[in-house]
Amino acid sequence: MAELVTILIDGLTYASWLFIVALGLTLVFGVLKILNIAHGSFYALGAYGAATMVAWFASMQFAPWLSLVAMLLAAVVIAAIVAPLTERGLLRFFYGRDEVLLVLTTNALFLIMEDLTKLIWGANPYFVSEPYALFGNVDVGVQSYVGYDFMLVGLAVTVGLAVWYGLNRTRQGKIVLAVIHSPEVAASMGVNVSRVYMVAFSIGIFLAALGGAFTAPMISVQPGVSVGVIILSFAVVIIGGLGSIEGAAIGALIVGMARSVAVHTAPVAELFAIYLVMAVVLMFRPEGLFQRIQARKI
Amino acid sequence: MTRSNAPKSSRKGLGALRLLAAAAAVCAATGVQAQETFKVGIVSFLSGQAAESFGIPAVNGAKVLVDAFNKGAAPAPYNKVGFGGMKLEFVYVDEAGGATKQVQELKTLYDREKVDAVLGYVSSGDCLAVAPAAEEMKKFLILYDCGTPRIFEDNKFQYVFRTASHGAMDNVALARYLKAKNIKADSFNMINQDYAWGQDSKKDFAGAMSKLFPNAKQGEDQLPKFGAGQYGTEISALMSKPADVTHSSLWGGDLQAFILQAGPRGLFKRTQVLLSAGDHVLPGLGEKMPDGVILGARGAYGHMSPKSALNDWWWDLYSKAYNVYPVQAPYRMVQGLLGLKLAAEKAMAANGGKKPTPEQLAAAMRNSEWDSPAGRIKMALGGGHQAIQDTAIGRTKYDAAKKMVMIEDIVRFPAECVNPPANMDAENWIKAGFPGAKNCP
Repeated sequence: MAELVTILIDGLTYASWLFIVALGLTLVFGVLKILNIAHGSFYALGAYGAATMVAWFASMQFAPWLSLVAMLLAAVVIAAIVAPLTERGLLRFFYGRDEVLLVLTTNALFLIMEDLTKLIWGANPYFVSEPYALFGNVDVGVQSYVGYDFMLVGLAVTVGLAVWYGLNRTRQGKIVLAVIHSPEVAASMGVNVSRVYMVAFSIGIFLAALGGAFTAPMISVQPGVSVGVIILSFAVVIIGGLGSIEGAAIGALIVGMARSVAVHTAPVAELFAIYLVMAVVLMFRPEGLFQRIQARKI
Repeated sequence: MTRSNAPKSSRKGLGALRLLAAAAAVCAATGVQAQETFKVGIVSFLSGQAAESFGIPAVNGAKVLVDAFNKGAAPAPYNKVGFGGMKLEFVYVDEAGGATKQVQELKTLYDREKVDAVLGYVSSGDCLAVAPAAEEMKKFLILYDCGTPRIFEDNKFQYVFRTASHGAMDNVALARYLKAKNIKADSFNMINQDYAWGQDSKKDFAGAMSKLFPNAKQGEDQLPKFGAGQYGTEISALMSKPADVTHSSLWGGDLQAFILQAGPRGLFKRTQVLLSAGDHVLPGLGEKMPDGVILGARGAYGHMSPKSALNDWWWDLYSKAYNVYPVQAPYRMVQGLLGLKLAAEKAMAANGGKKPTPEQLAAAMRNSEWDSPAGRIKMALGGGHQAIQDTAIGRTKYDAAKKMVMIEDIVRFPAECVNPPANMDAENWIKAGFPGAKNCP
């Protein structure tokens, strides 16, 4: 029983981290139909931004809890500056072209941003572990968990609900849904589709940066942090169905739990377990769990 | 017999001309030799997850050393300018991108850049891939860092060398340290990355434990992927089944993340953690590094390096240039370059002072020995292509006054104690109970 509880907690905390990042990826695909390989780079930017902002807050001798605000602020700043620049300055020129071209473009962007972060922050690691201690420890049986991990679960739920509510219960969200359904019809009804694209892309990037920012206290922020997360995020959105928020949540939970069960029972099969689940899902639902089959437009 | 009809004065003039011509020819020849350079390709991680811990510090080490070589400023016997008078020219290549890309890059270095030697590779996977490629091209290659023992145990090479000990040494030394310090080790867990380095490390450590602590029970055997970053689940698994000691060969960002996540959860208080390659994270982590962790550096490097004039010179050279002390990666880069310099100069001497061919270079390198800042390097294994060296293991202790992590309780292990003899591979040597091991503390 104790092991089952441990597996569930570990699966849930891992899934929460993954969900925040994958949500942005699926949102960008849902609206812009871009498989954004550079999503991991925005995650890394969030981590670097958080490291800088938290260090600055510390140098100003602000209260320790404000480091959480610093991390949030870092994600906002990156989304507000880098996302519109990327979407307006690069991606919009490729809309309507072959999807493969967009994948190649975002892959090039990923490589450029990897070098850019090194140029700005250098190759040395940044440590901002102070926020990790803000929530103390929670003992569950023989385990001692860091409270920060449970805070991440709360953050993931909040972010997921906020995006769902924003899309399904607000006027702006309905406009975005209209653009997802048909950009041409939405444009003919007076919707500024370009603006919707830019805002949706910025929110997606904000979520990537938020994931990076709130992961920064648990890792050493250094070149290469962008790589691992993007592969797992793709597994999550493929399982859940590209473009589906519910799918990202369920996909993250499936990946988190599959990984947790494997690590606790058969560690050698850790990665295999994730991709086995993905293969099984795709065998029965090639479009993912929550992707509706779409009629082909003529 | 021919006789010249030229007047005496003319004959004198002709003689002078001949002398001038000869002198000009000598000067021209000397000039060519003076302008000749020895070109080396340096391959290491300049981007990606291994750049910060290994690639960039190693390349930084190469840069200051090469500068000293070209000025003739290194201490004897490394004090000749460049390599035997030939100035050194370097090409730096990023190791990121995987083994297939590295094989292509290696061929480019030899074919297009026309390098005389390549010195590189941190990743065991890359080493396993590039070594046969260099051999096929009959070009000189030094592997300076990667740890998997399989390279020279599963293959025979003529042109490929590794100037650092393989990973078996690190894990045997860790187990021997436990024995030497009488540390309780009735059970042990392991967490290692799931690729050549991690797999070989855990196998060697488990093997060494089975010989030195025959009653020790193996528990968890965690194998996270390289670059995982999140270790919460693995830490839970290690805490669910606590063991007296927990072994890990994690390195770089993975090791830093593991320490940052495992420390607050109390793992380091519940088990004696052993890190086979942990020294390089100490300058960055500082006080975040828990006290009492037993670690190695894959050689007697950094705070565990031996006292010597050469080491003092190297420590100052690197520290002044980069404002941080050298850890394992720059040490290994430097011992590779020092070995290459001596081999090149020996081969040049045997070649009448001319630049050596890859065959001459390989002949000079095979079975050679030289002093490095970390002690004596001996090309004793793999038919004279694989180095052995002394190593050291110690415990971490944060020094608040110096604001750095120091190493205490250091035990030094001679090369012959923790490396297999020439006629055995590491796995069988460990399985047989370390036959021939000498001078063990």
